[in-house]
Amino acid sequence: MKSLAKEISKGRVFVSDGAWGTFLQQKGLKPGECPEEWNCSHPESVFEIAKSYIDAGADMILTNSFGGNEFKLLPYGLHNKVVELNRAAAEISRRAAGSENYVLGSIGPTGKMILLGDVTYEELYEAFKKQALALEQGGVDALLVETMSDLEEAKAAVTACRDNTKCEVICTMTFEKSGENEFNSMMGVTPTDMVNTMITAGADIIGANCGNGMENMIGITREMRKANANIPILIHANAGAPVYRDGETVFLETPDVTASFIKPLIEAGANIIGGCCGTTPEHIARIVKVVNELK
Amino acid sequence: MNSEELLAKLSECVEFGKVNKNAPFPPAMKGMDGADELTAQALEMGVDPVDILNNALIGAMDKVGEKFSQKKIFVPQMLISAKAMNAAMEHLKPYFQSGQVKRKGKFIIGTVAGDLHDIGKNLVAMIVEGAGWEVIDLGVDVNAAKFMQAIDTNPEAVVGLSALLTTTMASMKNIVAEIKGKYPEVKLIVGGAPVTEAFKTEIGADGYSDDPQGAVSYLNALVA
Repeated sequence: MKSLAKEISKGRVFVSDGAWGTFLQQKGLKPGECPEEWNCSHPESVFEIAKSYIDAGADMILTNSFGGNEFKLLPYGLHNKVVELNRAAAEISRRAAGSENYVLGSIGPTGKMILLGDVTYEELYEAFKKQALALEQGGVDALLVETMSDLEEAKAAVTACRDNTKCEVICTMTFEKSGENEFNSMMGVTPTDMVNTMITAGADIIGANCGNGMENMIGITREMRKANANIPILIHANAGAPVYRDGETVFLETPDVTASFIKPLIEAGANIIGGCCGTTPEHIARIVKVVNELK
Repeated sequence: MNSEELLAKLSECVEFGKVNKNAPFPPAMKGMDGADELTAQALEMGVDPVDILNNALIGAMDKVGEKFSQKKIFVPQMLISAKAMNAAMEHLKPYFQSGQVKRKGKFIIGTVAGDLHDIGKNLVAMIVEGAGWEVIDLGVDVNAAKFMQAIDTNPEAVVGLSALLTTTMASMKNIVAEIKGKYPEVKLIVGGAPVTEAFKTEIGADGYSDDPQGAVSYLNALVA
């Protein structure tokens, strides 16, 4: 079986994919439409996104399943379609990736808070378990619990993936800069807290995603690497912060700017590098070029 | 305890999020009376509910909002404080209804159509309520018609619109235009992760803040 962590321990640096949500919108996804429904209603559009990143040279692609848990699907009336939509997501990305490249099953937050009594830890665990199993059935190599801000929810997701599947488990959280060289998630979790808790919960790879661009990711990676010398680190950065211009939301970090941060990011300790909101196949192609030149 | 000490204690419970005696949080206040019990005791003692609101609750929530702005506390601490405040407010409800305690004004809030995110919207609603305003929460995925229906019933209210997704900023723009078209005098304030001061100006809204405390400052300035 393929193992990212094993390849990374041999010194390999991987390149991951770029944005999905913003790309789906370009293909016609309307505000208020459920992105995961497209796995069944517009499978070819979803396939084209996945394929464009493989063509750009990415070693791995995600699945269109970020909001594929029953809590997020409920307002669309699709909460009974968790298995169907996640399986389709995994199958589409598998078809685009072929057997050589890796597929990471995307698992995003539920939007519910344990603290407020919205939901219990056990309910979160069961929801993530259902999604993880469907993604595994659809053929993913690894499960990527991403964009988390609450440590307990991230723990529920990682534990559910670890206990119930044979996939490698990756967990990323979203951090903001809260001071000079200080980073916190919306819920106040620091990269250091996160690394230790997620390794204990059973994550094989940890990291950060979204945020305000590649540059902040260097500081976040340094803190994570300081907290643990060996754990593989995955970084998926936005193409800068979103800016609203002439009726459209744009991300202004150009592929050149993104590329300029890749060398310091690898030096800080990152092992898998890709994009998040606003990044395009062109951004990924530039990251591939820098990584190849550093080999 | 005299009434002053009681109000100081109540204020502390709200600031640090001690909801009631049984609440496990914060650990340092375990087993002690919380906002729930202390508010009941204060009313029993004959403390004016106006003083409870003004001298304990509003001041405590103001400190919470301030610490959140300075990134000294984060979402969980703010939520737990709001929960403690709500426990106290429950006891004050009859006095609001009878008109004995007056609020500063009304604030209508909702997440714009197409957007289902409620955490930011809820935080603003809680902090604004804690600042002494009556909050009318329309929930998520709120279209212009629903906002205008609420304005019809509460024409004096200030309206807050929230968006988390960059894609729903367009929806925010349309709703602001529709409301302003029909109710040019109604004050509209906007917020959410992708929203900026420049965007506020572009779409013709009246106020913007990057944190809940800024919304309170804007509202309080209107009635000052």
